[in-house]
Amino acid sequence: MKNNSMLKYTLIRLRRNYLALFGLFILILLVVCAIFAEQLAPYGYAQQDYMMIRKAPSALHWFGTDEFGRDILSRIIYGSRVSLQVGLIAVSISLVVGGLIGAISGYFGGKLDMLLMRLMDIQMAIPTILMAIVISSVLGPGLFNLMVAVGITYIPKFARLTRASVLSIKDQEFIEAARAMGASHKRIICLYILPNCAAPLIVQSTLSVANAILFAATLSFLGLGIQPPYPEWGGMLSSARPYLRNNAYMSIFPGLAIMFTILSLNFLGDGLRDALDPKQKR
Amino acid sequence: MSETLIDIRHLIKFFNVSSGLLHAVDDVSLTIPRGKTLGLVGESGCGKSTLGRVIIGLIKETGGEVFFNGEDATKFNAEKRAEFRRHAQIVFQDPFSSLNPRMSVSQLISEPLIINKTCKNKQELDAKVAELMDLVGLASRLTTSFPHELDGGRRQRIGIARALALNPEFIVLDEPVSALDVCIQAQVLNLLADLRESRGYTYLFISHNLSVVRYVSDEVAVMYLGKVVEKADNSTLFKEPLHPYTQALLSAVPIASVGPKKQRIILEGDVPSPVNPPQGCRFAGRCMYRQEICTQQTPDLVEVAPNHFVACHCTGHLVRHA
Amino acid sequence: MSENKDILLDIRDLSVQFNTDSGVVKAVNHLNMQLERGKSLGFVGETGAGKTTTALSILQLVQTPPGEITGGEILFNGQDVRKMTEAEKRRLRGGDVSMIFQDPMTSLNPIMTVEEQITEMVQLHLNLKGEAARQRAIEMLRLVGIRPERAKDFPHQFSGGMRQRVVIAIALACRPQLIIADEPTTALDVTIQAQVLELIKKLQQSEKTSMLLITHDLGIVAETCDTVAIMYAGHLVEYADITSLYTTPKHPYTQGLFNAVPTLESPLGSRLAVIPGLPPDPTNLPKGCSFSPRCPYAQPICHEKACGMREVAPGHFVDCHFPLTPESGNKFLERPGKEAE
Repeated sequence: MKNNSMLKYTLIRLRRNYLALFGLFILILLVVCAIFAEQLAPYGYAQQDYMMIRKAPSALHWFGTDEFGRDILSRIIYGSRVSLQVGLIAVSISLVVGGLIGAISGYFGGKLDMLLMRLMDIQMAIPTILMAIVISSVLGPGLFNLMVAVGITYIPKFARLTRASVLSIKDQEFIEAARAMGASHKRIICLYILPNCAAPLIVQSTLSVANAILFAATLSFLGLGIQPPYPEWGGMLSSARPYLRNNAYMSIFPGLAIMFTILSLNFLGDGLRDALDPKQKR
Repeated sequence: MSETLIDIRHLIKFFNVSSGLLHAVDDVSLTIPRGKTLGLVGESGCGKSTLGRVIIGLIKETGGEVFFNGEDATKFNAEKRAEFRRHAQIVFQDPFSSLNPRMSVSQLISEPLIINKTCKNKQELDAKVAELMDLVGLASRLTTSFPHELDGGRRQRIGIARALALNPEFIVLDEPVSALDVCIQAQVLNLLADLRESRGYTYLFISHNLSVVRYVSDEVAVMYLGKVVEKADNSTLFKEPLHPYTQALLSAVPIASVGPKKQRIILEGDVPSPVNPPQGCRFAGRCMYRQEICTQQTPDLVEVAPNHFVACHCTGHLVRHA
Repeated sequence: MSENKDILLDIRDLSVQFNTDSGVVKAVNHLNMQLERGKSLGFVGETGAGKTTTALSILQLVQTPPGEITGGEILFNGQDVRKMTEAEKRRLRGGDVSMIFQDPMTSLNPIMTVEEQITEMVQLHLNLKGEAARQRAIEMLRLVGIRPERAKDFPHQFSGGMRQRVVIAIALACRPQLIIADEPTTALDVTIQAQVLELIKKLQQSEKTSMLLITHDLGIVAETCDTVAIMYAGHLVEYADITSLYTTPKHPYTQGLFNAVPTLESPLGSRLAVIPGLPPDPTNLPKGCSFSPRCPYAQPICHEKACGMREVAPGHFVDCHFPLTPESGNKFLERPGKEAE
């Protein structure tokens, strides 16, 4: 729905939050890295140089090299592509599926609501890492399957959030007005309810992207998901583990990349939450 | 065309709540003449809002019939109900929550037209929206504005324009001016009066504000705990109220003038709950004329004078409180 | 305003503004007002006129930021509230000055019994402890018509009218010198409103408390107050005792208000006189008199220069270059009632 005023207003309020702006800046940096990795990275991500194995940061290799002589800076830049893809696609899956489940559940109520929510409860009772491992094992290794696995684990969270929003909006008079005009259920859900749920979902999505990236890194660390030589920050951390004592930089840089990404997304998410909250008096 | 547009017969609406059965509307029979305004007054919990919504089919009735132009609206199938919707619309009380915050003014007014497929193309739609905005006094520059940018009076005008979009014959106005400031209230009331004069709408005007109801209505019905306790012509009801509740209600309204103060009837106790109401006359607990029969038998609504109906056992012995 | 009256509250040249995203909202502009001890003042105006902000300023409860008191003094018993220390302000709030808010459901603590809410107050301000505090609580509840057996009930167990009575009991518990009631009966049914107003009037007279009653309802003011102050766009436009104002209103806005409201006595079939247009944007108040754009009696000077409050009859003050006289007639009724655009 065209909502120029909400966007404008949110941006004005967001501008005042320096942490959120910092987060936005880092995020833009990451997106640029992901899109223009080929142009920005000084070396290929799989480019090995046996003369330069485990070299500390220098003018030639700003972040040093790993155990195969690959430039760490380049691998981190390419790695951003993976992380962002995982985050965005995983959250998209959970947002769409979870949102739909929550909307239908909240709107229709009754037995359907009970059934769907108990299914969500069952899923939430299973530890997420375990579930992701199972799904990954079933689907097999690879980037796409990793995204699906992560996405599935977040469905209940989005379902509950959407359901709560829908319940609070459902009893407002403008919904009654829509019914008085003869609007169908589909129209009411799509044009009246979901657009008004946007705010909490936007905030949750931002925070979930951060979580998804961390989660993907964890899974890669455990050896699932992304397979070498394709760079993924978690995987880089994992392979750097044996060399922690003497070549700490091999762990530090991927770790910093993860940290800054998560931090920036969290700052942005918090800032959005404050900016979108109509009750904030500022 | 007959003179009676709406004929409500023994309408009942009960809700199942955790503490029992809520008698929102309990055996209400009323008629509304074409082109006239019936004012419906009562305090919170009396069922007036529920009654309005049941009449236009927004809430399903538990029992009884609603005749619209001679046809029983409660028995309509989906197709006839869609048609009925075009003839009977509603304006809500709260201009803040009755408009979708994510839709612009033109989108809000177009909604009924789009849903009911009244216009053939976009030009026709835009033209109709412009016509409606002009009708209710909204400037054309507001087409792309959103509700939160506008004040209560303008928002309520949007609500009215929306209700008029399908050119209905009958409009339920549920406390349309209660949430508005005094001066804006006057503007909107004048608008409603003008529309009725020029277009011949029939109104059911629901309000707890007696002065406003007196200003707009031709006939007035007073509700208490789901029942109609008195119904009469506007002037008759306000000059010679017969039901003790009506008398107390009228005497409770503060008067904006100095001078000798009238004797106030102060009712004891609180408005009772419509859940599992007491046997006999619902008002007996607070009534100063209470007799034995009042707590045993529910009084019927009887015509005690031409077009003056009262539901009270003691009508014959009552002296109007000066 | 003469000096030989016993003035309890003296507001001098008060100005309050709010710094918001859309501009500076001038909520209260150079307000001058006095309230005598033991009397009640009706404070009338529409939404946004600045009544609640003034009331909150007296108790120094205006949220700062975004609010800001930019000028003036608020003298309570001769002492400027703005210059009080935090400790003195705490003694003021609830002790010397109590406030009754509009919505009894949100102004009562839902997890404390009504007795506890009163004892909390008396312990704080009157230094009563234990059983003495409890006795005072029961006494107050009885005063407002609530049986002692209900003292240990929670707010949600009471109806709207009874909750408002509890609020009144809390407000009176510490024998305040001034009660500020902000639309105390707007949320109540009309028959309950009548009960609560009777109660307030009775208690005010018996306890000899002064009262500042904020409302938009001229009927309520006529029934309960001694003097009236009319506010428009943050300015005080008219101030007089009840009889003067209701028989001879002198400000065009006041006349407009009286004519815009239907009453049980207005002739049937008459049309409501409408004040054309809308209240001004508080971030962009008009030059000169803030009511002039809508005033049917406006002359060129009104758009140029504001007038300021002046005494045009004994005890009757108006902020208008051309106060109404009986010969002025009623220009609101002559107009066909132009709508807002």
